[in-house]
Amino acid sequence: MVMKQDKTDSRSTTKKRVFLEYVLEAVLAISLVLAFTTVVLLIAGAPPLQSYVHIFMGSLGSWIRFTHVIKAWIPLVLCSCGLLYTFRIGLWNIGVEGQVVMGAIFTTALMRMGTGTGYPSLVLLLSCLAGMTGGALWALGAGYLRTKGGVHEIFAGLGLNFVAQGMVLWLIFGPWKRAGIASMSGTETFERSLWLPTIETLRISPAGIGIALGALLITAWMLRYTNVGLRLKAVGNNAQAAYLFGLRPGKYMLIAMILAGSFAGLAGSMQVTGVYHRLIPAISSNYGYLSLLVVMLANFNVWITPLVALFFACLNVGSIQLPMVLQLDSSLSGVMQGTMVLAALAVHFIRSRLRAAYTGGT
Amino acid sequence: MISQGARHVVLELQDIHRYFGTVQANRGIDLTVKPGRIHGILGENGAGKSTLMKILAGYLPMTRGRILLDGTEVRYASPNEASSLGIGMLYQDPMDFPMLSVIENFMIGQVSGVASAGETYRRKFSELVQEFDFTLRPDTPVHLLTIGERQQLEILRLLSIGARVLILDEPTTGISTTQKEILFSALKKLAAEGRSVILVSHKLEDVDALCDTVTVLQDGRVSGAMDQPFDSTTLLSMMFGAPPESSRHIHRPTSQTILRLDNVSAAGGRTGLSGCSIQVRRGEVVGLAGLEGSGQGVLLRVAAGLLRPRKGTIHLDNHNMTHQGYHAYRKAGAAFLPASRLEEGLIRGLTITEHCALQQQGRSFLVDWHEAHAGARKKIAGFQVMGSPGSVVESLSGGNQQRLLLAFLPERPRLLLLENPTRGLDLESVHWVWNHLDAYCEQGTSIVFSSSELDEILLAADRVLVFFEGRIIKDVLASRTNVMELGRALAGRV
Amino acid sequence: MGEINISILLASVIAGAAPILLATLGETVTEKSGIINLSLDGSIILSAMAGFVIALKTGSVVAGFLAGAMIGGLVAATVAFFSISLKQSQVAVGFVLTLMARDLAYFIGSPYSRVQGPQVGPSPIPFLEGIPYLGEIIFRHSIPVYLSLVMIGLVWWYLYRTPYGLRLRSVGEHPEASYARGINPKRVQMLYAVCGGLLVGLAGATFSLCIKPGWGQPQGAEGTGWIALALVIFGGWNPLRAALGAYLFAFLQVMSIYFQGWVPSVPAQVFQVAPFPLMILILVIISFAQKESILRWSEDRPIVRALLKTFTGTAPRALGRQQNT
Repeated sequence: MVMKQDKTDSRSTTKKRVFLEYVLEAVLAISLVLAFTTVVLLIAGAPPLQSYVHIFMGSLGSWIRFTHVIKAWIPLVLCSCGLLYTFRIGLWNIGVEGQVVMGAIFTTALMRMGTGTGYPSLVLLLSCLAGMTGGALWALGAGYLRTKGGVHEIFAGLGLNFVAQGMVLWLIFGPWKRAGIASMSGTETFERSLWLPTIETLRISPAGIGIALGALLITAWMLRYTNVGLRLKAVGNNAQAAYLFGLRPGKYMLIAMILAGSFAGLAGSMQVTGVYHRLIPAISSNYGYLSLLVVMLANFNVWITPLVALFFACLNVGSIQLPMVLQLDSSLSGVMQGTMVLAALAVHFIRSRLRAAYTGGT
Repeated sequence: MISQGARHVVLELQDIHRYFGTVQANRGIDLTVKPGRIHGILGENGAGKSTLMKILAGYLPMTRGRILLDGTEVRYASPNEASSLGIGMLYQDPMDFPMLSVIENFMIGQVSGVASAGETYRRKFSELVQEFDFTLRPDTPVHLLTIGERQQLEILRLLSIGARVLILDEPTTGISTTQKEILFSALKKLAAEGRSVILVSHKLEDVDALCDTVTVLQDGRVSGAMDQPFDSTTLLSMMFGAPPESSRHIHRPTSQTILRLDNVSAAGGRTGLSGCSIQVRRGEVVGLAGLEGSGQGVLLRVAAGLLRPRKGTIHLDNHNMTHQGYHAYRKAGAAFLPASRLEEGLIRGLTITEHCALQQQGRSFLVDWHEAHAGARKKIAGFQVMGSPGSVVESLSGGNQQRLLLAFLPERPRLLLLENPTRGLDLESVHWVWNHLDAYCEQGTSIVFSSSELDEILLAADRVLVFFEGRIIKDVLASRTNVMELGRALAGRV
Repeated sequence: MGEINISILLASVIAGAAPILLATLGETVTEKSGIINLSLDGSIILSAMAGFVIALKTGSVVAGFLAGAMIGGLVAATVAFFSISLKQSQVAVGFVLTLMARDLAYFIGSPYSRVQGPQVGPSPIPFLEGIPYLGEIIFRHSIPVYLSLVMIGLVWWYLYRTPYGLRLRSVGEHPEASYARGINPKRVQMLYAVCGGLLVGLAGATFSLCIKPGWGQPQGAEGTGWIALALVIFGGWNPLRAALGAYLFAFLQVMSIYFQGWVPSVPAQVFQVAPFPLMILILVIISFAQKESILRWSEDRPIVRALLKTFTGTAPRALGRQQNT
């Protein structure tokens, strides 16, 4: 009885300690980030404090701005969900960027066919499915190159990203060019009935948010309760032992890629149907690459991912203010996001060192 | 000429202790090595020879003890410091650079700067090669050399940096007879020059042919010493101790053949496997004995479908399985248990329950966590694993990991292939495990297992195969042999 | 339009290859010691920006090149530090730095976008430039281009002919064994990660001060870092072969300009992205050339075998591995 008491006591103190540690780590990491970006801002000759205020107000300063944050959050969450599968099996799916683009291309293709058919909801639904297919196919390409072609997934994915980007440009300037002149502004805007429905007064799309939340729930559920989720983890942690347990590592790599590609493709569909309502050259807005950072910073945890994604979306949207107000480039957000991941990695190391020292170390 | 400046030293080890966690690899070893002598260190697997030599070579720190050179205590913390004191070691797995050339390997660690010193070292190298009648060419990439040639290279390198005490860890495993002769004459020459040579081995013939004196280790202690001429019976009893009194496990094999290997050769391990033919009957337990890496592991992996044989055929239940892969063997009822627990057997970061869920192998989409949890509880209770269903496997102790691995064996296999199944378990647990495995035999499963403990093999097996240099050199019924005879075979004397 | 002057073509190949060649050589040095610096793409852009801006502010292109090199060294040192001292994955850190360095370049460099700045002109070498054909091809370039040519030999000589180079390769092959021989693998890796990074930085400055003068967003060097990383594999971690790869790549780039003229029906985007599928294809071939089944098949086909052999090259064994010593 006494023993049990002791145990729960020590458990709650450990919990408290773990929580405190996390807070401390977060504070440490954020101060590292602020220190670095302040130096960068000073080098650029910009007023640091003012810049931070503009980023903050630019993202959370008004409802309209916050709706922009949400619009960025949706694709980030979708891509991150996909990456959770590939990271779980130990793959670096850098190709996520191209998978978003492919999703957007497939979506646009279907919407072009569906324009004027009179069944807008059906067309929207089908084009989202097409987007998922496009992303999945592109991911499968990288997956096959890895499992059958022996090309590292980083090179395979990256190469395919450039190809997808080239395809978008070709389509915009070639077969899908706007009547009259082709330009960087993209293809013809779709008719309003083919836009992802939004609540006009709130300016947000419940469908988009629903899809993002749904993706999170499905991913959490997949990873926790399904055999696929368990086996991805098994192969990722020890492919040799998983093989001895009777699994085929190559097969599960392809499954992970297909899942990741589907989610990324869906993100592309959201960009087309919910944000731009057409295909533009920068349709992916770099959200694919950015979501790799999101997942790393969230330490591959499903539930932390949406929070980090929200934070990153705020930085992205907020930093758009910088060129308008301070004549600075908006890429500061990227610098902050990258520094944040590096700081988190450094702090992570310090934590494991301290913990090792605390427990006597091995 | 090369012996210039190589002052002869007396090396003394006093009360050397080394613990790995709770395992005591060395517990108070005293040893004196005199110049001009070839000193043999004998002992069976796990007697503590390798640990002692790694301490001496500066590769492992000792927990307690003193090392003296000519009566003065020396302290060093790295192999490099050891070699600057004149102590050099040839590791069992060569510590060289396979992708680089012979002369480059010779030079690494000796040269520095930008100016090419190639010519000087080529001359030095060719002088040494001639002196020892070796046939090394300076520009061959090292990965094309045989193990024996790699040893020759390493010996020359150690001499060129001034080694006065030369340690060789099981140098004769995996090298040809001719190379062995070359090696031995080189070592005799070195001793004649006044250097000390320490030869770690468990082959009596090597010791006989070469050593002036022998120290025997058993269980991390010195169990005896002897000068030439050696008496094998005495040495063997020092190595293996008195055979324990324990009742053998009896099984009733039928005449039906489950596994048949015909003239199988395969690459892998230190020696590979050559021309191996065996038959395992239904319900039979076959023990594989031999120095670690003599071909037992390769045989088990070939029989599990994990390694493709280069030659020969494999039949499982009279089906030709020669060209099948692991999954086909698995389906046919062969189950393999690897020796390296966390590398191949268990999955780091997964809990016991998650392992159980992996084991379910169902086609269902969802994991039956309820069943997996119940399964985990059952296995923990049944196999006396100290842990809970939610423990990640790397948090378990080695012995508990081993029990867990055994718990994950399928329920009704045709054939169990076990690599060191009781490694890291205490004697009581070993008995317990074998009682458990006996139950498999009762239902007609055949078991092939390897072990570094002759006692265990005699205790559990119906038949013993002794491996030497990748070949089966003895095939005998367990009831018709004993530790001495097996020990002799292990040492290469049939 | 269809006319090709061979000397001019080859001269433009040698000049155009200079930056990617420097980057490839730098990464070869880094990877030979066992560290993968995946950040090349961002690193090149950041040093291109730094080189241009410093040259603009100081009016000295030399200062610009030094700044570029230092930035490249700094990014590489970050990768090495995170790997060696903080035990983090080289791939993760390198990838983050790829994005971060690029954004940093865009951010700090944006006021200097499309600004006219200093650039390195050609400095023909007296006498040698007069040699027919050869003079035109090799001896009428700018100094960074000569540097890239010299570097091929220098890197090769350093790696394969000096004791220091031997030490560097030994660490990349087997850090534990080099430790046993008194070499400090961590220090060696740090040193050569930085050395390689300096060359990568020079590559960036060569872009912005010489080959594609000026700074902008995009600069035009985007993507070359990845090509350089692939060229290291193509080169089988041998500087000479890697250089050959860089020249082949530059040749294809130059040819694509001619092709575009010849077949205007093919959209320009095809030529822009063409290097990347080509990169994948070559990586597939290299991987297949090392497959055992394919090697066995080629045993009695000498031509195929010779062809495959030119594609094989082994990575340093400790490449990308975390050290425990």
